[in-house]
Amino acid sequence: MSFEIDVRKRLGDAEVALTLAAGDGATVLFGPSGVGKTSILKMVAGLLTPDQGRIVVDGVTLFGEGVNLPPEHRRAGYVFQEARLFPHLKVRANLLYGAGRDTSGFEERIGFLGIAHLLDRWPRSLSGGEAQRVAIGRALLSNPRFLLLDEPLASLDRPRREEIVRAIEHLRDAMRLPILMVTHDPDEAARIGTRVVRM
Amino acid sequence: MADGFVLTPAEWGIVGLSLRVGAVAMLITLPIAFGFAWLLARVRFPGRILVDAVIHLPLVVPPVVTGWLLLLAFAPNGPVGGWLQSWFGVSVLFRWTGAAIAAGVMALPLMVRAMRLSIEAVDARLESAARTLGAGPWRVFWTVTLPLSVPGVLAGAVLGFARSIGEFGATITFVSNVPGETQTLPLAIYSALQQPGAEMLVWRLSAISVALSLIALVASELLTRRAGRGLHVL
Repeated sequence: MSFEIDVRKRLGDAEVALTLAAGDGATVLFGPSGVGKTSILKMVAGLLTPDQGRIVVDGVTLFGEGVNLPPEHRRAGYVFQEARLFPHLKVRANLLYGAGRDTSGFEERIGFLGIAHLLDRWPRSLSGGEAQRVAIGRALLSNPRFLLLDEPLASLDRPRREEIVRAIEHLRDAMRLPILMVTHDPDEAARIGTRVVRM
Repeated sequence: MADGFVLTPAEWGIVGLSLRVGAVAMLITLPIAFGFAWLLARVRFPGRILVDAVIHLPLVVPPVVTGWLLLLAFAPNGPVGGWLQSWFGVSVLFRWTGAAIAAGVMALPLMVRAMRLSIEAVDARLESAARTLGAGPWRVFWTVTLPLSVPGVLAGAVLGFARSIGEFGATITFVSNVPGETQTLPLAIYSALQQPGAEMLVWRLSAISVALSLIALVASELLTRRAGRGLHVL
């Protein structure tokens, strides 16, 4: 199983709960805003602690049974809804932030994203689509065991969306990384999801 | 005494001493203020409000009280003074180092306030993004929080420097008014006011005080604006 998730968390008046066992490919959490989809991703990444339950990804327990790995040890490639690039670092330094010491050939590894010409730019000079591709590259270069994608297309206009969708399909089919993605768009869910979980 | 607007060597000495006291006070207080600022901005702990209040005390307590408390603490038989005496054989009483300590304590709340605001303005979402990329809390602090708050930290430091140069009440209570040792600009102005016929001296020293403060305030404001721009997040 790629993702085995059984969590429960009270947030104010609402309760977020999900039970899920998903195999290879892309698992899409689909549902309207406000049902706690992003909270689930945060719990898997270690940015939010569930009240109870367990989270296992590819056989490794991230949470539960007395385990609660800190985010930096979970090896999640998290692509946020906003790119969240570090504004004081150029694109190259952003990409390599989580890459560790061996950065040889990093350009080839993210060649499919088409961002080689942006390396010396500052994040604030990028368009929304460019920033989101850099964010995907940054997540990939941190050597993730799995990917968490939070509405990665939400802030983009139609033509930009297509490039990001292709990039995600490449991650799913060529790199074969387990993906957990959140969306409220039924077309996206159908196109990217190997399976779709309604929340 | 010099005529008009030309400073005598003794007056230059007062300016130099003030700058030295201000600089040392600011440099000693900088890491302490940043530590408190970070703590108050990013950590939720019991007693946080109390720590916040105690840091702000020098801002509202009469400076003479702060000076007297420093005197008690740093006196040869006081808790800090005794320790300094037995370990290093030094005393800060009637010394410019004591003036720097008084100025630093008085500047602490201002510096903590400015730095705290700049740390709070650093988007916590960038810090959590860094965590997911494999950075532990220390690396996040050094590579994200600190660089993004640097302009605000510098603004706070400049403000603290200006406040230190202007310190009067705590300084005169703690280390007295010793020419050439603890007599900074405000203390020299105070002495000149007691002295008949020293109006020009008062004018000159006051003009220097106003000019130094103005420069520091403008520098601090420019740095604060820069902080606002630097935090643009896509």
